[in-house]
Amino acid sequence: MSLYLLRRFLGFAITLVVAAAAVFFLLDRLPGDPAQFILGINASPDAVASLRNQLGLDLPLWQRFTDWLLAMFRGDFGVSYTQSAPVAALIGERLWVTLPLAGFAMVLSMAIGLPIGILAARRRGSWLDTGLMLLAQMGIAVPNFWFGMLLVLLFSITLRWLPPGGFTPWQEDFWAALRAMVLPSLALALPQAAILARVMRTALVDVQNADFIRTARAKGMTLGEAVWRHGVRNALLPILTILGLQFAFLISGTVVVENVFYLPGLGRLIFTAISERDLILVRGAVIILIAAVTASMFIVDVLYAVVDPRLRGGLQP
Amino acid sequence: MNRRWHPSLVIGLVGTAIFLALALTSLLWTPYPIDQIDLARKFAGPSPEHWLGTDFFGRDMLSLVMAGTLTSFVVAAIAVAIGMVIGVPLGLIAAAWGGPVEWLVLRVNDFLFAFPAIITAILITALFGPGATNAMIAIGIFNIPVFARVARGGALSLKSLDYIGAARLAGMGNWEISLRHLLPNVASLLIVQATIQLALGILAEAGLSYVGLGTQPPATSLGLMLKDAQSIFLLHPWLTYVPGLSIVLIVISLNLAGDGLRDMLDPRLKREGLANAAA
Repeated sequence: MSLYLLRRFLGFAITLVVAAAAVFFLLDRLPGDPAQFILGINASPDAVASLRNQLGLDLPLWQRFTDWLLAMFRGDFGVSYTQSAPVAALIGERLWVTLPLAGFAMVLSMAIGLPIGILAARRRGSWLDTGLMLLAQMGIAVPNFWFGMLLVLLFSITLRWLPPGGFTPWQEDFWAALRAMVLPSLALALPQAAILARVMRTALVDVQNADFIRTARAKGMTLGEAVWRHGVRNALLPILTILGLQFAFLISGTVVVENVFYLPGLGRLIFTAISERDLILVRGAVIILIAAVTASMFIVDVLYAVVDPRLRGGLQP
Repeated sequence: MNRRWHPSLVIGLVGTAIFLALALTSLLWTPYPIDQIDLARKFAGPSPEHWLGTDFFGRDMLSLVMAGTLTSFVVAAIAVAIGMVIGVPLGLIAAAWGGPVEWLVLRVNDFLFAFPAIITAILITALFGPGATNAMIAIGIFNIPVFARVARGGALSLKSLDYIGAARLAGMGNWEISLRHLLPNVASLLIVQATIQLALGILAEAGLSYVGLGTQPPATSLGLMLKDAQSIFLLHPWLTYVPGLSIVLIVISLNLAGDGLRDMLDPRLKREGLANAAA
């Protein structure tokens, strides 16, 4: 394991712990005693005190934080007051909607965005290039949840091809679940595809102008060969940066787009928890979201090292 | 350097100006009061009395769009201000001091990047309840690392230049160099980024209000109009077209203005740019 990766991993771990601390202490500022909340207003002070003791609420703040953090590593996120179920189980169930949704959207955005970017770069300056980049400019400006509404109107109401919303669990009917994912992942993928197309085009255009491509051509390669053998790796770096940011964006995007399609994902769990003031549940779900975002950035750092051999020796880019 | 007005800058500025004018007019006058409920004329299509029709309460859609655009602009602009006021000094300090200070700023940046606007908004709403202020703070916090990165990147490319060295020889300290030499020279970069973040802020405000974490009634915003339309949009799609298209047009205008500004202020910057758009 190189020094670079070790450093990046440490950064990832520290970010995660500091973020967890921020979330924990912020939500701890809240007025109201969870023990009192569980037992109701009429509970005797003794009963409340003993429940506080049982829940560990009378321990010092720092100790509660470290206990909570260590418990999370064991997969114990606490128990939701309102749903009287373990938070980890509630979140785990919802992740079966949120993660596939973000994953499909990621794949779709690459499948749409990268070829468009490559095409535009190859026909640089042509009408096709201008047209595609105008489309991309529009794609970036469309709110994903509004695009979702438009997709429902077209594919569910006018054409009647796909369900307008709702979700059947994967184990009940795999194909129905997959069909329910099509429109939401398209809605999420469009703005991302537009961004990817623009970045891919710029990266390829830049590479074509690079000195090492000119040298390769001077040695007798065609532009296509030179770009393929020497350029693609270099063009990959900006694409990787964007993909990392994108996954983070998609994860938080699912929270919004779920609402259009009435999907039972993490977002709807969080909004219900907020309205019912179930802070243990909010806290657990937010930590999971932050972990997903941070982890995707760390994975990009790892991929950098795979693509760029300079990094493996421990140099900074 | 080519200082001709770039066509996309002109189109972008004109589009932005139109919406900004509509938004500001709503402060003084709207065709109908936005809280005037008239169930007898609900779901009316566009007509001479109601140019953009009416919603499910019989409220005038044009008036709602005008007032909603104002909210969207104000939220996005304050979020940009938060990002610049905190992010730019952080970036300049990192570049001017270097060493452990720079390391610390970069770690703070990493940390803030772990909080997309929606996550911050969830936390603030859980703490204080929903409201437009949450959206400003949540989007603003996400803008901080973006501006810090742009300011630091711009300043680093200047740091090795002779006139900075000359300033140091003349006895200027880090603070003075940052203020007198680095800040003015990264200003154009920051203006371009501000335009892009304004566009992203308008999109983010729409998303937050749409899920109920942002603007609350009786105030209105373009995102809130879409939230209101959500439960009935299968029957009355018009109610989503109007606010949705407004958002798209505003964001395209701002992005075009940003692209045009970038090309006009510094043609070398063409290749950078979109790196922050995914955030």
